[in-house]
Amino acid sequence: MFSYCADPDTLSGLTWLSCYLTTGKHMQFYLSFGTVLLLLAITAPSALLFGFFGAASARSRIWPVAWFGKGYIAIVRGVPDIAFFLFFVIALDQGFEWVRHQVLCPDWDQPIRQGNDFIVCAQAKLPRGNTAQWVHEVYGFFLAVLTFSIVFGAFAANVLFGAMRAVPHAQIETAEAYGMSRRQTFWRILVPQMWVYALPGLSNLWMVLVKATPLLFLLGIEDIVYWARSLGGTANPRFTEYPHGDWRMWYFLALLIFYLGFTRISEIYLERLMLKLTRGQATSGGEAQRKVTA
Amino acid sequence: MRKIILSTAALAISASMAMAQDVVRLGTEGAYPPWNFINDSGEVDGFERELGDELCKRAELNCQWVTNDWDSIIPNLVSGNYDVIIAGMSITDERDEVIDFTQNYTPPDPSAYLAMSEDVDLEGGVIAAQAGTIQAGYVAESGATLVEFATPEETIAAVRNGEADAVLADKSFLTPVADEDADLMIVGPDVALGGGVGLGVRESDPELKATLDAAIQSMKDDGSLNAMIEKWDVASTF
Repeated sequence: MFSYCADPDTLSGLTWLSCYLTTGKHMQFYLSFGTVLLLLAITAPSALLFGFFGAASARSRIWPVAWFGKGYIAIVRGVPDIAFFLFFVIALDQGFEWVRHQVLCPDWDQPIRQGNDFIVCAQAKLPRGNTAQWVHEVYGFFLAVLTFSIVFGAFAANVLFGAMRAVPHAQIETAEAYGMSRRQTFWRILVPQMWVYALPGLSNLWMVLVKATPLLFLLGIEDIVYWARSLGGTANPRFTEYPHGDWRMWYFLALLIFYLGFTRISEIYLERLMLKLTRGQATSGGEAQRKVTA
Repeated sequence: MRKIILSTAALAISASMAMAQDVVRLGTEGAYPPWNFINDSGEVDGFERELGDELCKRAELNCQWVTNDWDSIIPNLVSGNYDVIIAGMSITDERDEVIDFTQNYTPPDPSAYLAMSEDVDLEGGVIAAQAGTIQAGYVAESGATLVEFATPEETIAAVRNGEADAVLADKSFLTPVADEDADLMIVGPDVALGGGVGLGVRESDPELKATLDAAIQSMKDDGSLNAMIEKWDVASTF
């Protein structure tokens, strides 16, 4: 990085540290913070979307739809995360490839499952075998987002399902008395009011999601915990220009500070959101707000 | 969501047209020096990096390096996420049932115990090993208490902090650790395990296996493999 870093053995103190902290490996560590934040930024809204559809279909009067919604919530919530991340992603990837295989290679005469192997034609591979590494990484990231969304969507669905039932029944009945259709009642009365009941549960989910990102390495994505472990591990002078002992504690301390800071920022924003959602609601919080302004 | 899938697919197709030559993806762990590790600039380095690059040159393959967690390294191979495992993986009967191995590129080599003192109880004590390795299998059968860890680094840390009496791993991995730390030493007799280290390929991929076998054989024949083994000090030579 800096010109004086050419021969790290001669350096000491802060100069050594400035060189050490700017190696290519450290740059990838810093970059992985971006990966994690990007993952959160995409996953949170899409998980909410999954959750919304899960909850809405679980409430449906059409029983196959209701069964689908309830089944989704029950199954995903019941399966351990680690099992999900180890096997579901591979299954998901194979599912995509299987569909592409059926479409793109109808004349293929060999079985797709050969013993333990999963073989599709070269055109059906996702991404194609000879694509650049970054395409593989983007695809892996996309699979990670989708998996996280499905898993956290199920939890969000359960939270929203409860929140929808927490909206006072009198509100729904009043809407019906005004002559609103079921659809109108859902969108105009139920959905705007449910968020205040859902937010405590959803904010919990958000905090769990923030800390669930180390599961990313199971999907082959190098996240902050992977790099902290790799960088902090004993660096033998035979294999590096910057030898050091077991420094994992310091790296994990840095991660701790990052996570605590992130938690604090999240709390501040969630609190503000809660204040906003409470306004005009028939809850004790809404009542308190009304009294202050009155 | 379908739009995202389609655009990813479109991306993949357009990118693939740029490179006509077939790419062989090499999967490794990146946490097991001197076999494979991530160097200061963040790239895969070590004995297997050099070996893999040389094999690809000889076999005229266009190779790409990928790192993957050790625990899911075989499932990802059979699922086709990469084509070759090159991660210091010993050839064993259990693994051979699931994947195929090329001929070995290091001879069957001793594993060793690393401990804080000479007089640890290797038969009845607490022995650390990396999960899913031949060493873990050996300790489990030997009667000692096995504690498993996900990464090699953690097995060493377990010995340092007294959680385990000793760690069993490849001697080539433990020797530089023992050299560097005055508190740690290689103890007891060496243990011979496995049938050497080979490249793992899918059972349905006999052509790639044959190509790589030929490349390894040519490196064995002209002595360049032995030179590479000595340079990185990973194993005994052929």
